[in-house]
Amino acid sequence: MADTAETDAFVAFERVQKSYDGENLVVKDLNLSMPKGEFLTMLGPSGSGKTTCLMMLAGFETATYGEIKLDGVSINNIPPHKRGIGMVFQNYALFPHMTVAENLSFPLEVRKIGKSEREAKVKRALDMVQMGAFGGRRPAQMSGGQQQRIALARALVFEPELVLMDEPLGALDKQLRETLQFEITNLAHELGITVVYVTHDQTEALTMSDRVAVFDDGRIQQLAPPDELYEKPQNSFVAQFIGENNTLEGTVTKISGNHCEVRLDNGELIDALPVNVSAEGERTRVSIRPERVEFNKDRLQEGAHLLKAEVLEFIYMGDIFRTRLRVAGNEDFIIKTRNAPDQVRLEPGQQIEIGWLPEDCRALDAI
Amino acid sequence: MKLSKTLLASTALVAAGATAYAAGHGMADSMTLVSWGGAYQSSQQNAYVEPYLAMNEGVTSTWDESSAEAVAKLRAMNEAGNVTWDVVDVVAADAIRLCDEGLALEIDPDEDLAAAPDGTSAEDDFGDLLVSDCFIPQIVYSTTFGYRTDMVPEGAAAPSQICDVFDLETYPGKRALEKRPINNMEWALLCDGVAKADVYDVLATDEGQDQALAKLDTIKDSVIWWNAGADTPQLLADGEVFIGSTYNGRLFAAIEEQKQPIGMMWDAQVFDLDGWIIPAGLPEDRLARAKDFVKFATDTQRLADQAKYISYGPARASSAPLVSTHAELGIEMAPHMPTDPENSKNTFLYNYEFWADYRDDIDAKFQAWLAQ
Amino acid sequence: MSDTSAPTETAQSGPMLAADGTPLKKSLARALRRQKLRALLLIAPLLIFVLVSFVAPIADMLFRSVENQIVSETLPRTTNALADWDADASDSPDEPVFEALFYDFFLAQERKLHTRLGTRLNYEMTGMSSLMRQSGRKVDDISDVYFDQFDDLDKNWDEAEPWAQLMGAPDWVAKMEGWEKGDRLPAFKLAPGIADLLPKTAEIYGEFAKFTINEDEKSLLKEEPWGVVHTALYQDLMAADVSSYTGPQAEMLKTADAAVVGFETVGFKDGFIEIDEDWGSREVWTTIQMYSPAYTNGYFLNAVDMQKTVDGPQMRDEDEQIYFTLFKRTMFMSLVITFSCILLGYPVAWLLANLPSRTANLLMILVLLPFWTSLLVRTSAWKVMLQQQGVINDVLVWMGLVADESRLVMINNQLGTIIAMTHILLPFMILPLYSVMQTIPPSYLRAAKSLGATNWTAFWRVYFPQSVPGIGAGSILVFILAIGYYITPEIVGGTTGTFISNRIAYHISSSLNWGLAAALGTILLGVVLLLYYVYDKIVGIDNVKLG
Repeated sequence: MADTAETDAFVAFERVQKSYDGENLVVKDLNLSMPKGEFLTMLGPSGSGKTTCLMMLAGFETATYGEIKLDGVSINNIPPHKRGIGMVFQNYALFPHMTVAENLSFPLEVRKIGKSEREAKVKRALDMVQMGAFGGRRPAQMSGGQQQRIALARALVFEPELVLMDEPLGALDKQLRETLQFEITNLAHELGITVVYVTHDQTEALTMSDRVAVFDDGRIQQLAPPDELYEKPQNSFVAQFIGENNTLEGTVTKISGNHCEVRLDNGELIDALPVNVSAEGERTRVSIRPERVEFNKDRLQEGAHLLKAEVLEFIYMGDIFRTRLRVAGNEDFIIKTRNAPDQVRLEPGQQIEIGWLPEDCRALDAI
Repeated sequence: MKLSKTLLASTALVAAGATAYAAGHGMADSMTLVSWGGAYQSSQQNAYVEPYLAMNEGVTSTWDESSAEAVAKLRAMNEAGNVTWDVVDVVAADAIRLCDEGLALEIDPDEDLAAAPDGTSAEDDFGDLLVSDCFIPQIVYSTTFGYRTDMVPEGAAAPSQICDVFDLETYPGKRALEKRPINNMEWALLCDGVAKADVYDVLATDEGQDQALAKLDTIKDSVIWWNAGADTPQLLADGEVFIGSTYNGRLFAAIEEQKQPIGMMWDAQVFDLDGWIIPAGLPEDRLARAKDFVKFATDTQRLADQAKYISYGPARASSAPLVSTHAELGIEMAPHMPTDPENSKNTFLYNYEFWADYRDDIDAKFQAWLAQ
Repeated sequence: MSDTSAPTETAQSGPMLAADGTPLKKSLARALRRQKLRALLLIAPLLIFVLVSFVAPIADMLFRSVENQIVSETLPRTTNALADWDADASDSPDEPVFEALFYDFFLAQERKLHTRLGTRLNYEMTGMSSLMRQSGRKVDDISDVYFDQFDDLDKNWDEAEPWAQLMGAPDWVAKMEGWEKGDRLPAFKLAPGIADLLPKTAEIYGEFAKFTINEDEKSLLKEEPWGVVHTALYQDLMAADVSSYTGPQAEMLKTADAAVVGFETVGFKDGFIEIDEDWGSREVWTTIQMYSPAYTNGYFLNAVDMQKTVDGPQMRDEDEQIYFTLFKRTMFMSLVITFSCILLGYPVAWLLANLPSRTANLLMILVLLPFWTSLLVRTSAWKVMLQQQGVINDVLVWMGLVADESRLVMINNQLGTIIAMTHILLPFMILPLYSVMQTIPPSYLRAAKSLGATNWTAFWRVYFPQSVPGIGAGSILVFILAIGYYITPEIVGGTTGTFISNRIAYHISSSLNWGLAAALGTILLGVVLLLYYVYDKIVGIDNVKLG
């Protein structure tokens, strides 16, 4: 799936497998390569293998099979402390018995950097995360957000080219998380560092990353930039996992190039974009984003197939309206409409007809 | 001989039984006996506790193996006002201290103890062994030496006199001595040229004490100091020491019952006494029971019977002729008694008076010397 | 501040007030009192238990280490009379002190208290024990002089009833006559005026009466008084005029009064020196004088290798100094044991904390296994292992590492004690270490390594400092347990591996010098508390975690 040329890859996983018990593979045949300076997020439900991949990259776990390369060199046998990879942990892992400054100074000390230079670097790193005044404090005297900034500064202070972040914002409240997301991406881009970021929060993944690798069942399901991931999911899992999604099941009746027709299980016919289907008669699951569903016929193409729908619920959410419909037997069909002056508010019980652009309706693999 | 002994024994039984019956009223029907555990306690159990219980139906007895700490425990019980022991087996020195502290009952030998079968009064029968007003002697034991017969150096004779213990040249190897000054100081002086008669006069002076310690110093590095009487037989059995002091009964058991390659060296053995005391302040019914038991347990036959089980000499003169063979091994016990003429050519009697006075003082010096 | 309620408004002017106007503090205290009371009630059983089983024995120990009433209680008159005696001025005190000693000693001897005093004073001066015991047997020599002469004069002087009638109040005598065995004996009451007429006799007879009634529980009409009353009577008659006496037995008394002038006499001092010449020695009397007060620092001085002398506390002779050495050794060896426990326990605790829980539980059972066997068995097992003909030496000889004749001495010395006690106390180090280590997340080590630290640096700079509270807790536990250990050093310690507690045990159970044992125990307690204080100052007791 790697679409970057192997030669200029900064980080590369080649056919990596990992098993803890010798019976089950936690990571199955992982191939991944990233160029320098990329911000890549590993996203997936827990147990999908994303953290294991990160730990293998950091050197805390060894690959059962395959090779991991850093800047073209295999690092399988290099101990963690010689890899020069910065790391930020979910629980911050700030050393409780050291002050903030001592924490930051630690990686410099072990690298035998002189005292004055050390102090300068520590100061710079602290300023970088706007924590310049906190050098003398102990971790326990600070809030979670402050601690995570320090942890970030510590991971950066020795100027690593690659920084790994293991769900660093998982323990913070929403607002703080958003601020820090922004700060982290900015810092990463300013410093030009390569980041591998692990999270199970898709919003975080979409907002921060250059590319996102969606993990499930020990494999990368899709590796793509956020917009592509959202708009063009390659399979049902990705479609389901990223963002909100309406699905309808049916059978492909006609397929030609960029267009196919799908007969839903209740007999209705719809247009779709064949993504994961290749032949007539195949079972498929079509996926449509709620905001791409249209009930204003004027905006639809001529001859587009329409589906009957009954409004079940209307939810006012401020910026958008969220309406729940019954469509082709599916009672959880959601549509989202922008709150605009001319926007129609649907009433529960109302009978409407809905449709969409064929390219917004992706015929994916049936599960 | 045999017939008369049986006769004697049965008359004694009948007599004792009669008195027990007559006096059976107003006596407690259980008693707690305190002894040392091990072979000694079972010899008491066999020789007089079981016969006594057989004669006094309904009476029960419990053993408490606390004789080693009897004085301290009795003092504590007395302070707490709750004495739970009825008859306590102690060494004579402890009996004297208990008597001094008012923790033991004074007894009247002629009234409280049985006369000899030939009519000799108890006071005369026990004679000098009544070393305290509270003490009812049972046995004469001795602290003496045992050595590994297989570890005697080639060409050397088996050790036969006390000074061989101090002779590291002829008899190299470790020695086991008791971790207290008593006996050791006397032996040291004896082997440093002090006449036996002068030992305590010399030991009463600072110079004499230094002299004894200096003599002990010559073997100090080869000594393993023991605290419990069972230590030396074990050390001998393990081959940890070549020669060691302990109670003669312990050595008898190691030699005759466990068949260890150990020989006896009786020279300069120190006689000591072990016996009963009755704690002071017992309620009347328990006191009556205790007195009744002690009277029975220290009569001539009972003391002679005890020697069937352990090689300690009976404390009554009248018991000596009745000493027979070991109950299980069947061997003649007389030659194994510390009092046997062959064994007692050169003996000491524990000097109670001297040690009562000098114990604290010399022990401090001895401990300081040990710690150096 | 603009919308403040009542309490904050008054904050500027005075104390905060609650809604009903009472000061807030008071109101809060009242609300909390119930809670506190309930809490106190909950812990009451434990509190009482601790008080009874812990605080009381310690208080008793502290008290015993200074208590010395036995001398003044046994010899009240003597210690009084002796107070003014100047040891520098004369070798031995004068007649009045000996007279007091005679009465005290005779009464003590009748009550069997003199040997106990002898034991007590023998701790301070060798020979006191036999002096007291022998004098107890011979003190009659003095009293018999007068007793015999009174007896010769009138046999009634050796009868119980005439004495009781002479000394006792008539109503008491009447009660006494009506007494039957089994009833409570009526308390003794002196005849009116007799105390003025015959003060000494009344005093001594009073003591006799009290003892006979309370301790012996016998009738004074049946018990002849002790021989000592005759001496008192003699002294009284010599001093007093009884011609006006008209009470019971007046005839007998007057006859005696007339006769005493011609009595043969004996000096108390001469009498005692006759009994034992040590009574004339200055040392005996300075010892009695020094230990007359009800409380003494003598035990404590003894416990630090000093002794009381006339010229104040002085060091003991070098060949009698032992306790200081023992204290030093106890401290040193406890430290060594604590340190070896850290050394051996740390890796085990680390393993326990980092293994999967199933394996860790199994290992934990192995750690706790020693707790399930008796201490004595474990110690004896070490004996078998370590002795010269023991398992370890046998193996070494078999492997040819050690020659048969130069087998290693690993027991009956300090090494033996250290090995056995380290083994026994190891769980007390491992458990707190383990529980502290369990709380250290593995991410710290990972973080350190990701920051470039080698395994060792990561351990030493990051993991170890965080496990220090566990080491602290384990060390305190092990050290305090070790310092008071007794049974193991006794069995495997030989002469150089014994602790101060072995000496304490000796004084408790063998020499019976409980005062000295208490003083040693008090010092040990003090040392432990002091070390605890120092530890708190240096490490901080907050830094001690049991998990």
